[in-house]
Amino acid sequence: MFEVFSFGSSGWGDEMLMGALMTVLVSASSLLLGILIGIIFAACKLSNIFILKIVANTYTTIIRGIPELLVIYLLFFGGSSAVMYIAKIFGYDGYIELNAFTIGTIAVGAISGAYSTEVIRGAVNSVHKGQFEAGKTLGLNGYGLYGRVIFPQVARIALPGIGNVWQITLKDTALISVTGLVEIMRQSRIAAGSTHEPFIFYTAAIILYLVITRLSNILFDKAENTYSKGFVSKGAL
Amino acid sequence: MRFELMYESFFKIIEGIPLTLQVVSISTVLGLALAIIVALMRISGKKSMSIPAYYFVYLIRGTPLLLQLYFVYYGLGQFSFIRESILWPILKEPYWCGIITLTISTGAYSSEIIRGGILSVSKNFIEASGALGLNKIKTFLLITLPITVRQALPAYGNELILMVKASSLISIITLMEITGIARTIISKTYAPVEIFLVAGSIYLIINFIIVLAVGLAERKLGTVRAN
Repeated sequence: MFEVFSFGSSGWGDEMLMGALMTVLVSASSLLLGILIGIIFAACKLSNIFILKIVANTYTTIIRGIPELLVIYLLFFGGSSAVMYIAKIFGYDGYIELNAFTIGTIAVGAISGAYSTEVIRGAVNSVHKGQFEAGKTLGLNGYGLYGRVIFPQVARIALPGIGNVWQITLKDTALISVTGLVEIMRQSRIAAGSTHEPFIFYTAAIILYLVITRLSNILFDKAENTYSKGFVSKGAL
Repeated sequence: MRFELMYESFFKIIEGIPLTLQVVSISTVLGLALAIIVALMRISGKKSMSIPAYYFVYLIRGTPLLLQLYFVYYGLGQFSFIRESILWPILKEPYWCGIITLTISTGAYSSEIIRGGILSVSKNFIEASGALGLNKIKTFLLITLPITVRQALPAYGNELILMVKASSLISIITLMEITGIARTIISKTYAPVEIFLVAGSIYLIINFIIVLAVGLAERKLGTVRAN
C-alpha cells in the first residue's frame, strides 16, 4: 500500500513533499503580502481621512463577505489583463502572463490582507495612548516613534491574531489548486487520478496539512514567547 | 464595463440562489445538532468522550474544506464495500457529499462556539438553580441552554456567513450554485470583473441579511449579565 509513496520516478513520495513545500511557500508569501496590505489598510482605517476609511472598510467587507473562490476566479481570469492594463498606462504594450504562483499569492494575499487589517488595527488600538504621548515628549517621531516604540508592542499583541490568519491562509491556498498551481491539493489530485487510489492520497494530504499546522503552531508559540519577554504570562498570575 | 452582460448574467446567476440556500440551511441544521453533541462530549469530563471530540475538531479545523470535500466525494468511493453499501445512493451524489462535508465542517467549528458559550455560564447560576431544587437536566434546559444561545449568537452569526461562503466550494464537484454558474459564464464570456461584481453582490446581500437577522435576534434575546 505504501509503495505508491516511494521516492523517484516510480512513486509519488517526492512529488507530494514538493507539493507540501509549494503550499508552504505560497502560504508564506501570501501571508507576507497580506500583512503588508494589512498595515496599509489598518493605517487607512485609523486615519482621520474619510475617503481612506471608506476604501478600507469596503475592501474588508467585500473580502469577508464574498467566497474566496470567487476572488480567486476574478484574479485567475482577470489578473493578467489587469496587469497588462496597468502596464499600458506606463507605456509597455506587450503580452504579460502571470504564472499560477503569482496569481495565487495575489489572490490569497488579498484575502489574508483583509483579516490582517483587522488584527493589526486591533493591536494598534490596544497600545496605550500614553505610549504615543511619551514617545512624542521624548522628541521621537516617524521611525523613532512607530518603529522603535509602537511596532514592538503592536507585534506582540498582533502575533496570536497573525497566527490565526496564517492558519486561514494555509487552508485557503488549497483553493488555488483550481488554477493549476501544483501544491498539496493539486498534487494529490493528480496522483489520485493516475493511480486510482484517491483515498490514500487524500489521507496523505490531510496528514501533510496537519503536520504543517502543528509545526507552524510551535513556531508561532516560540515567537510569542520571544516577543513577550519581560511580560508576566497569564498563567503565572 | 459591459452592463448588458451584467444584466443578463444576473438573471442566470440568481437561479443558483435556491441551491446555495438549500445546501447551507440543511447542513447548518444538521451541523448544529452535531456541534451540540461534540461540545457536550468535550466538556463531559470523561476522557473516553472528550479525547475523540478534541481530535475530531482538531482534524477538521486543521485541514482545508476543499480537501475534506474531495475526500468524501472521491476518496470514499474508491472502496467497493462502500460502493456496495446502502449508503452508496447518497455518497455517489455530489449534492449529498457537499451537504455531508459542510455538516461535518460546521459541526466542528460550531462545537467550539457552543463549548465557549456553555463554559461562559456562571457557576452561580448553576448553584442557584440547584438551590431552587432543579435537577441537572432541568438546569441545563432552563438555565444553561438559554444563556448559551445568547452568548454564542454573535460568534454563530459569523459561522453562518462562513457557511454561505464555504458553500461556493460545492461548485467544484459540479453543483451549479451561485459560484458554479458564475464560473461557467466567466469562461464563456471572459468578463471576470463584471460577473464577479454580480455574483459577489448576491453573496454580500445574503450575508447582509444574515447579519441583520442575527443582530435582531441578539436584541430580542437581550443581554446576559456575566455574573
